[in-house]
Amino acid sequence: MIDSSDPDFWPDLFATVWQATGETLYQVGVTLLLTAILGTIIGVLLVVTDKGGMLEAPFGSRAFGRTVNVVLQLVVNLGRSIPFLILMIALIPFTRLVLGTAFGVTAAIVPLTVAAVPFFARIVEMSLREVSDGLLEAGMSLGATRWHLVAKVLLPEALPGLILGFTTTAVSVVNYSAIVGTIGGGGLGDVAVRYGYQRYSTEYIVVVIVVLVAIVACLQGLGGWMSMRMRRGGTPSARSAAAVPPAQAD
Amino acid sequence: MITLEQVSKTFAARSGSVRALDDVSLHVEQGEIYGVIGRSGAGKSTLIRTVNMLERPDSGTVTVDGLELTGLEGAELRRARQRIGMIFQQFNLLASRTVRGNVELALEIAGVDRAARRARSSEILELVGLGDRAGARVFELSGGQKQRVGIARALAGNPSVLLSDEATSALDPETTASILGLLRELNKELGLTILLITHEMDVVKTLCDSAALMRDGRIVEQGRLDDIVVREDSLMSPDLFPLGELPEPRGTTIIEITFVGLASEEPVISRLARTHELDVSLLGAAIETIHGRQTGRTRLEISGSASQVDAAVADLQGQGLAVNRVREAR
Repeated sequence: MIDSSDPDFWPDLFATVWQATGETLYQVGVTLLLTAILGTIIGVLLVVTDKGGMLEAPFGSRAFGRTVNVVLQLVVNLGRSIPFLILMIALIPFTRLVLGTAFGVTAAIVPLTVAAVPFFARIVEMSLREVSDGLLEAGMSLGATRWHLVAKVLLPEALPGLILGFTTTAVSVVNYSAIVGTIGGGGLGDVAVRYGYQRYSTEYIVVVIVVLVAIVACLQGLGGWMSMRMRRGGTPSARSAAAVPPAQAD
Repeated sequence: MITLEQVSKTFAARSGSVRALDDVSLHVEQGEIYGVIGRSGAGKSTLIRTVNMLERPDSGTVTVDGLELTGLEGAELRRARQRIGMIFQQFNLLASRTVRGNVELALEIAGVDRAARRARSSEILELVGLGDRAGARVFELSGGQKQRVGIARALAGNPSVLLSDEATSALDPETTASILGLLRELNKELGLTILLITHEMDVVKTLCDSAALMRDGRIVEQGRLDDIVVREDSLMSPDLFPLGELPEPRGTTIIEITFVGLASEEPVISRLARTHELDVSLLGAAIETIHGRQTGRTRLEISGSASQVDAAVADLQGQGLAVNRVREAR
């Protein structure tokens, strides 16, 4: 138990929480960056290598496309079905192999990313499947390459859904980052364990909760706003044009 | 300009295989508007999609503008597709882009640089009557405007051929008329060859120079519309001239006379009755604007002896009228 009437109590609390918040944001930020890249790549591959997809037979080999698809599906399903707490522990040797250490703020990025990528990849896959085949066909009729179809049609058209899905992923990552804290991953979870649990300080717990809620709220708000902006038209000029009564008939 | 030779395509379905195209051959002349009409499931959608290889035929050849597409792959095929515009029933515009952005998509794919893209998209949007909507988002547009964007996108790369996949089927009659008018204009001004598929005979009547009728994956009739109109046994007749069902047989002869251009100032029917001493009654008549000309068809019931009827028909044919003996007296 810490003495909350100590004059150093609040300054200490804020210094501790401030530093931990920085660690959490760093952890979450790097994880999300890696997740965005890897999850998008895997999500796209899941869609295009599926039956009837534009890459169902890469290098002319249908079997190869099938294999890639099946393996990725398996990896994503596996990653999503293992509870994070267990995944995190199971990955300790792997993390040590990659980074030389399994504990600490940076090391925690490995299990976080491994957990978040399958989650986001599945969301990417679902969002891309929402894009109408007609749009791909229109692209093909214009002579688009597969790369054009992915970069100019599939991803931009799915973007509003992707952003919302990414927001959900981000919130989960914040959640997981607190769990990582319990086994020495630093950040706000670590503060909650060391001060809140081991030394039972209600003030620490409350402040940590407030900060976490604030982070999640910011993420949600930002994601929702961006997605809405995408759906309604991105540029200011387009939005003012939207204010004009739309679409008089021909 | 477009030639399909003995094109066949079979799809595997759960209930066995479906022969969507069965030995289809057709030829579209340079600058012509060619309509393929048929019910849904007749194979017309597959047909038009073989022209730019969105659907690769199992056998047969497709040649567009002298290039045999069935033999092309990869980059060559993509380049050939850029010479073939296509518009769709559901417009298939990208919601993530503005009107201009949608048009520029075609040019980006073709590798046109930014300045040229901007100039060309302005030019082509002006041409389809959307010069002032370049910055608008797709969701702000009416159906007709969306199809105009579709047309602008399809034509941005200056293709020689336009494929229209039920382009007006999602539009109301007035908007349909304005889009068909635009297609006719583009055909005249740019010399654009148009191949369209539709289930609406009105589209064929209004727009097409030539037409083909599809049933069960086969083309069962084709030709110049002017010829089809006066063809006695045309399968398209009932749709070209909606005259309804024939009455119950009652020992009379029924004939149909087709007037092309309604040029006849002659009192054909009354003279028929007078000269050949026949009882003539009018069962039905339809006047349609076909291929830009007023064309009428009259269904007459004639009572008289066989020789009288023969003489009357010969007389009408002698006046240059197309006469179809629909039912003989028995």
